Amino acid sequence: MSGDSRFLGLVYLSPYIIGLLVFTALPFAASFYLSFTDYNLMSAPVFTGIENYVKLFTSDRTFRKSLWVTLVYVFTTVPLKLAFALFIAVILNYKLKFINFFRTAFYVPSILGGSIAIAVMWRYLFADVGIVNMGLAAIGFEPVNWFGDPTNALFTITLLRLWQFGSAMVIFLAALQSIDKSLYEAASIDGAGKFATFWHITMPLITPVIFFNLIMQMVQAFQEFNGPYIITQGGPLKSTYLLPLYIYEEAFKRFDMGYASAIAWVLFAIIMVLTVIAFWSSRHWVYYAGDKRS
Amino acid sequence: MTDHALSTPLSVDREAEQILKAQRRRQIISATLRYGVLFSVGLVMLYPLIWLIGASFKPNSEIFAGAGFIPHEGTVAGYVNGWQTSTPYTFGRFFWNTFLIVIPKIIGTAISCTAVAYGFARFDFPGKKILFASLIATLLLPNVVTRIPQYLLFRDLGWLDSFLPLWVPSAFAGDAFFVFMLVQFLRAIPRDMEEAARVDGASTWQVLLFIVVPLLTPALISVCLFQFMWTMNDFLGPLIYISSVDKFPVSLALKLSIDTTEAFEWNRILAMSVLTIMPALIVFFVAQKYFIEGISAGGVKG
Repeated sequence: MSGDSRFLGLVYLSPYIIGLLVFTALPFAASFYLSFTDYNLMSAPVFTGIENYVKLFTSDRTFRKSLWVTLVYVFTTVPLKLAFALFIAVILNYKLKFINFFRTAFYVPSILGGSIAIAVMWRYLFADVGIVNMGLAAIGFEPVNWFGDPTNALFTITLLRLWQFGSAMVIFLAALQSIDKSLYEAASIDGAGKFATFWHITMPLITPVIFFNLIMQMVQAFQEFNGPYIITQGGPLKSTYLLPLYIYEEAFKRFDMGYASAIAWVLFAIIMVLTVIAFWSSRHWVYYAGDKRS
Repeated sequence: MTDHALSTPLSVDREAEQILKAQRRRQIISATLRYGVLFSVGLVMLYPLIWLIGASFKPNSEIFAGAGFIPHEGTVAGYVNGWQTSTPYTFGRFFWNTFLIVIPKIIGTAISCTAVAYGFARFDFPGKKILFASLIATLLLPNVVTRIPQYLLFRDLGWLDSFLPLWVPSAFAGDAFFVFMLVQFLRAIPRDMEEAARVDGASTWQVLLFIVVPLLTPALISVCLFQFMWTMNDFLGPLIYISSVDKFPVSLALKLSIDTTEAFEWNRILAMSVLTIMPALIVFFVAQKYFIEGISAGGVKG
């Protein structure tokens, strides 16, 4: 399309460019600035230097607790979810009957995903007299205090997100199905066992997808809000008080916008550092074949 | 050849048969294991939803009385009472509000993302690389970091307690994921037809409208469906921006009914939960293909 002005493409991009500036770049910079201020919406922001951050890391025990449970939550939920999604995808990848039925059944919970109706349902399932405890009783276990006990509450939310492993699984399954079958035949002729085949052929070929799922699930898990907000309200004893909940309450309940921005930036920094580590390490474990896209 | 076959000792045949048998047995065992795992996982996946639907038709006294999902004394009291809500409005009003949020948002998303993806996939212009990199960066940027200033911006614009903060960013191709997905899709479509049309004197926007959009339709349907699901499920957005009950979408209305009635009327909450997820469930089952394709092609959060 040689006759066109070289700026024609930018015309089509103009909504994006405006949106990027107004709704992303500007707020991004503003939130960084706000994190160094005291701002309660009543008067103009007052620049206070690193005071918010000093307070966060020296005297704010709620923050310390919240940061800890967030890290525990992410580092349990993400690996468990990915491992389970991959495990099921591998089973579904065998030539099985009803594969479409199973794929759909496993995907439905993910589709309803963040809906608060699902969080509501979770409260009923895991209630003291709910069907989960009934099931445990039926096979001879003591009932578990899922939400009332600080040691279990966070895990109950992890279970909710594990139940939604479907979207990661569908992505894994698509990757597994795209692997060239002749590679497996070659491996079997060479006498490779199932585990060797999986480890040396399947795994390297799906590392780009593992990487993609890892980043996406991690960024998402760090921002978990609906689960704890509806199911436990952050309790008991702040054991499910994830950072997004803390940010929400500081910003929109106590209207302490400066302090909330500082917490948001700490959360952002953690996500960034982990993403950068993942990208950097991916050189060593992610395998890109000639035309693989990811 | 026949000679050779005849000279084969009988024992070898038997051995081969035994090996085959053992193989078949192993296959049956592993198939049973696989189906066992799949069925039990499927049960765990679906039973909560089946229970939810069943329990919404139970009287309150029955909800925690047993693990079965079939009500002994079925009742629609939960639906009738839940629909009335404890506010001056019925749940119908909240559904209407939800659609008032969802539909313009989908339209804005589809139009803006198509134009932007077309720009990225078919044109060269200064700064393209940086802009595309910014798209990927936005994809990874956690919303949590921009939320507070966005709120302040919308407050200064006087948009609080309206649907505008929920509509407008999407109308500016704010959902980078969809742009990315459409760009990927467009790159895979050959340009011959577009170039032929250009030679015949069509303008770029005519090409976009009459050639690219029809080719892009399956991908656009995926975009609309995902946006529908995500917006239906969105809770934090309305929670921050919508404060009057008469503008509540169902997600906020459900939260409100938990706060006001959960202590005693469980079936009401469950019934309204079922209604809340129904649109998403129906759309999913009707258009499943597009979801699976969309998610497999681009990879998706969720």
